[in-house]
Amino acid sequence: MRHADLTILVIDENAIRSSIIEEGLREAGHLKVTVIHEVNGVARIIETLKPDVIIIDLENPNRDMMEHLFQLTRTVSRPIAMFVDRSDTASIEAAVDAGVSAYIVDGLRKERVKPILDMAVSRFNAFSRLQRELAEAKSALEERKVVERAKGIMMKMRGLSEEEAFALLRQTAMNEKKKIADIAQSVVTAAGLLT
Amino acid sequence: MTSTLVAPAPALNAPAQGARSEGARVLRAGFIPLVDASVLIVAAECGFAAREGLTLDLVRDVSWANVRDRLAFRQFDIAHMLSPMPVASMLGLGSNPSPTITPFSLGRGGNAITLSTRLFARMRDAGAPEVGDALTNARVLRRVLDDMREAGEAPPTFGVTYPFSSHNYEFRYWLAAGGIDPDRDVKLVVVPPPMTSDALAAGAIDGFCVGAPWNMVASERGVGRIVAAKQDIWPSAPEKVVGMRPDWAESHPETVSRLLVALDAAARWCDGSENHDDLAALLAQPNYLSAPVDIIRRVLAGEFSLDDTGERRVIPDYFTFHGGFSNYPRPSHALWTYSQMLRWGQVEWSQASAEKALSAYRPDLYRAALGTGPEDADLRTEGVVYGDRFMDGFTFDPRAIPDYVAAFPVRYEQVSGPVNDDA
Repeated sequence: MRHADLTILVIDENAIRSSIIEEGLREAGHLKVTVIHEVNGVARIIETLKPDVIIIDLENPNRDMMEHLFQLTRTVSRPIAMFVDRSDTASIEAAVDAGVSAYIVDGLRKERVKPILDMAVSRFNAFSRLQRELAEAKSALEERKVVERAKGIMMKMRGLSEEEAFALLRQTAMNEKKKIADIAQSVVTAAGLLT
Repeated sequence: MTSTLVAPAPALNAPAQGARSEGARVLRAGFIPLVDASVLIVAAECGFAAREGLTLDLVRDVSWANVRDRLAFRQFDIAHMLSPMPVASMLGLGSNPSPTITPFSLGRGGNAITLSTRLFARMRDAGAPEVGDALTNARVLRRVLDDMREAGEAPPTFGVTYPFSSHNYEFRYWLAAGGIDPDRDVKLVVVPPPMTSDALAAGAIDGFCVGAPWNMVASERGVGRIVAAKQDIWPSAPEKVVGMRPDWAESHPETVSRLLVALDAAARWCDGSENHDDLAALLAQPNYLSAPVDIIRRVLAGEFSLDDTGERRVIPDYFTFHGGFSNYPRPSHALWTYSQMLRWGQVEWSQASAEKALSAYRPDLYRAALGTGPEDADLRTEGVVYGDRFMDGFTFDPRAIPDYVAAFPVRYEQVSGPVNDDA
């Protein structure tokens, strides 16, 4: 629990992703974690919370608002710097690729912060993998549906059996170097136009 | 769709050995969806980069901080940037200052200040003429603010785009010219450009200064009233630039040179009014600005709808992409930006810091690549030419920056107490 005394603020518009990050931080023994989903009033939160580390997603256009905030060093009492170690380009690249950025209090020892950023990066990556898989599963389902509809149309209009209809779809797809789902979609579209 | 806008490059213009040996023929370029990204977009889409043997891989981003960081960490080779960003980076300002230079400006003009129709109605009650000049509007706003303070109302909140932005300095310049202290009399916050119109409609802000087309988007929706254009404040005021890392520029001289030739040709094309229909159609695409094509076309023509009641104003040369050496990175512009940073307490004066600010602008690279440049001095006095004056009649002598700043009746003063502290 050696990191437990760091105060961490997570700013992420994506509620699911931020809860994954929060969980990771708690598993690593960080108890002072605050999560917010929008940056309205963030100045006051930072002033009262005085976070040592701020984690923010790079897709958040309000990052520029944070820059403005940090520029007002007359009011945000502590200087805040970006990233952990400017010479550690591999970590920085990994973070930017994953879409996460961090602000840390200047002077904080990097060994204390690096595990936090590493964890955020891996959880951001895990989250996008999850989203990608979900999207792929969804489109696979859609494709199956359209192939089923095309087969039905061909069986009805040409008197084919289900196997024959599928074989014809597959053969056409091979001949035209297209995906079966694309051919099936053409069949469905054409049938819609012709009936 | 746009690759046919100009004829494909003839084969004899095949890339020379130089750029090839530098191994950087594909340049990743970050940009923010704004009309002043036109030159980069046109260079990439209409064959001007290809003619120089370059491929511009354009990457749209959502915040200037991201653009800065992705350039610093080598994910971008070049980037569409606010002109104060390289200056700030050389001065070590901001949360991730990394050396950045600019050899090329992306043109002049494009900004405006829009106030909510609600606030403008109060200005009208306070005697604002229906179509007043920028200075009159600022002075009337000052009277409205005085009334609001007396009535115990909260001061209005105004949006700019970034702490180191032309918008920040222009909004402040306009307010201050009207006798308004931007740090004490109003609240300045940062709002990302595509969100300005919604923020105004929702009442989260009472006005903003932002680039095209977002002022016109707000005025045509009936939520805002344009009260000043960049041309009113100072026509030559520096706007966007192409930023790059100095070490990258040094190790890729041939590529930089080819890039500037491509951008110069693209900028010339953008200036041709006969190309504006094509340009508007290109910019309107979802992967670029994703904004209504008719609004972009009118923005390019400088035809302003001041609000949704049909009040119009035409600003000739609202955008200049190329003419009058608009792409030349004028050293006096870098120092003017520095003077405004000084004026508003972002830096403290020193000869050394002024020189750092100056080092962000690289007219030498521009001249080396294009073999041309303006004939007047690099450190010329600004605001003295008819048609290029500052709205308050000041002139800027880049050799006397502290005096210039000290002469402003409204400026940040260390002793004046705390400034607004909310975002």
